[in-house]
Amino acid sequence: MRQAFRQSMGWLHTWSGLVAGWVMFAVFVTGTATYYRTDISLWMRPELRAGPSEPAPAAERGLAYLKTHAPKAMAWYVSLPQPDRPLLGVYWMDSLEAPLGQAMLDAGTGEPTRARATQGGDFLYRFHYELQMMPVLGRWIVGLAAMILLVALISGIVTHRRIIADFFTFRRDRSTQRGWLDAHNVTGVLALPFHLMITYTGIVTLGVMYMPWGVTAAYKGDEMRFYVESAQSTTWRPAAGRPGEAVPLAPLLARARAEVSEPLEMVIVNNPGDANATVVAVFEEPHGLAHQHPQIAFDAASGAIVERVGGMRPAAHAFTSFMGLHEAHFASGALRLLFFLCGVMGSATIATGLVLWTVARTPKAGEVPGFGLRLVRSLNIGTILGLPIGIAALFLANRLLPVELAHRATWEGAAFFGAWGLAALVPLARPHRRAWAEMGLAAGGLFGAVPVVGWLTTDRGLDFLWFDAAMLVLGLVLALGGRKVGLYEARRRAARPAGRDAGLTQKGFAQA
Amino acid sequence: MTNQSPIDRERFRGGWRYRAAVAGRVLLAAFGGYAVAALATAFLSLTLPMVRSEAVATATLLSFAILAGAVIWVFAARTLARATLGLVLPAALLGLGVWAAMTLAPMGPPA
Repeated sequence: MRQAFRQSMGWLHTWSGLVAGWVMFAVFVTGTATYYRTDISLWMRPELRAGPSEPAPAAERGLAYLKTHAPKAMAWYVSLPQPDRPLLGVYWMDSLEAPLGQAMLDAGTGEPTRARATQGGDFLYRFHYELQMMPVLGRWIVGLAAMILLVALISGIVTHRRIIADFFTFRRDRSTQRGWLDAHNVTGVLALPFHLMITYTGIVTLGVMYMPWGVTAAYKGDEMRFYVESAQSTTWRPAAGRPGEAVPLAPLLARARAEVSEPLEMVIVNNPGDANATVVAVFEEPHGLAHQHPQIAFDAASGAIVERVGGMRPAAHAFTSFMGLHEAHFASGALRLLFFLCGVMGSATIATGLVLWTVARTPKAGEVPGFGLRLVRSLNIGTILGLPIGIAALFLANRLLPVELAHRATWEGAAFFGAWGLAALVPLARPHRRAWAEMGLAAGGLFGAVPVVGWLTTDRGLDFLWFDAAMLVLGLVLALGGRKVGLYEARRRAARPAGRDAGLTQKGFAQA
Repeated sequence: MTNQSPIDRERFRGGWRYRAAVAGRVLLAAFGGYAVAALATAFLSLTLPMVRSEAVATATLLSFAILAGAVIWVFAARTLARATLGLVLPAALLGLGVWAAMTLAPMGPPA
């Protein structure tokens, strides 16, 4: 029975990993990049320089912009400039259904920024959880794939019962398949706590959307009230329907900042211009794990404090700590690097797992690979090398597209998807193992070009040394990695005529 | 020794049988597993002895572990019928519990 259980878990691991693999590889890679979202954003807006700014005057400039450009909105959001994000972001909500309007302003003048139009690091961040699709559809696809990955992780742990022994086993040259299996095991086991944590907390981050039935049952579907009662949001005060005059903002912010020691992150005005309007000061997360922003709400007309948000109960604290663990805002320096490296290992686990599936099914000499194998091979190379090629193209487009180009940010996205699509199609016309080496070289070349193009097109010199170094390392890894896959598949083909390997394939497949 | 897993056994009985067995388990795992997890979330949200926002947070946090467990069960069970029974039974009990909590007990005090 235990043997049968392990067998069925082996089967489940193989197939759930394959089905979720491609989407989750893209989610892992873009999510891993998102650990350095602000650094990517700074690189993508070379006109800006990081530096401190005064929050209250910046907030007033943001509100002044919104007053002229979105006077009829239900709510205004002003995201204040931070030392590492020297821009004033203004957002407005016209209705609950419509997407938020947004503009990026110069923190000093309140005018639209002269920095190039780009989504910056937010492009990869949004791809990470909604694949740059319609939000609802993208989030459900990511959630479904993440859930399948969670199942793949659990069944994988059951399959690899010899976790400790496996961990010290890396038979690089014994046989191709052993090498891939061991690489899959090492990257998978070494960062296993991270993989489990990041997958579960990722699902929980959008958990109320995926599993709304607790809110349905206990709140009759009133999600807003759940967030208010669990100290995650201020109460929404309906508009009075008659105009009201708001008191000056600066004294309110000064009072709020006297109560909370964290930096001010955002100012929200609900029902702006209405007699019942509220002004909410939102602060950054206090030191700790939880994704929990202290908030103070003022009556806009009288300036009286109407609500303070903070001090969660244990379960809400646990829930938001799951989200905090996923986002890792608490981590800086070495800890952030560790999260990043774990993310890289997660991506590598998925990639090696996908390649392993095809290696275990390599046809014997003279046999024609079936449709399934060819499909998986194409999708593997199209995802594992195609996505990085798309990211490199995004960075290159950021530097090469003219700054004045209309819809510039959209064109950057087009470069990302265009290059990815091309990189997925070209290998179809090439012999499989040569395609790996060639596309790996292409990806390496593109990443290698990013710092060079950056130096040539901006006057920032060596300001982005770390970013440039990361691009070069990434390029090197991809070029060598692609070559390795090509070589392995080649060597296997050459060493294959003997029947000895067949039994091993079967066994390895059951294990894989 | 290598072919004892329930789905592997089906594999050797012929192509369409294997496919049907896999499709059946996948559908049962996806929809049945989600139904059990959803009912468990609703039941725990209504009955955990905490203020309701805490009960909802706890239940939602647990729900994905329940879902994962249900999926593992579906693929580990010896036959599809056993797998189905293993989901229908808890689903029925949880459904009954949700119904009872919503009709018999008054809503808990607002937190």
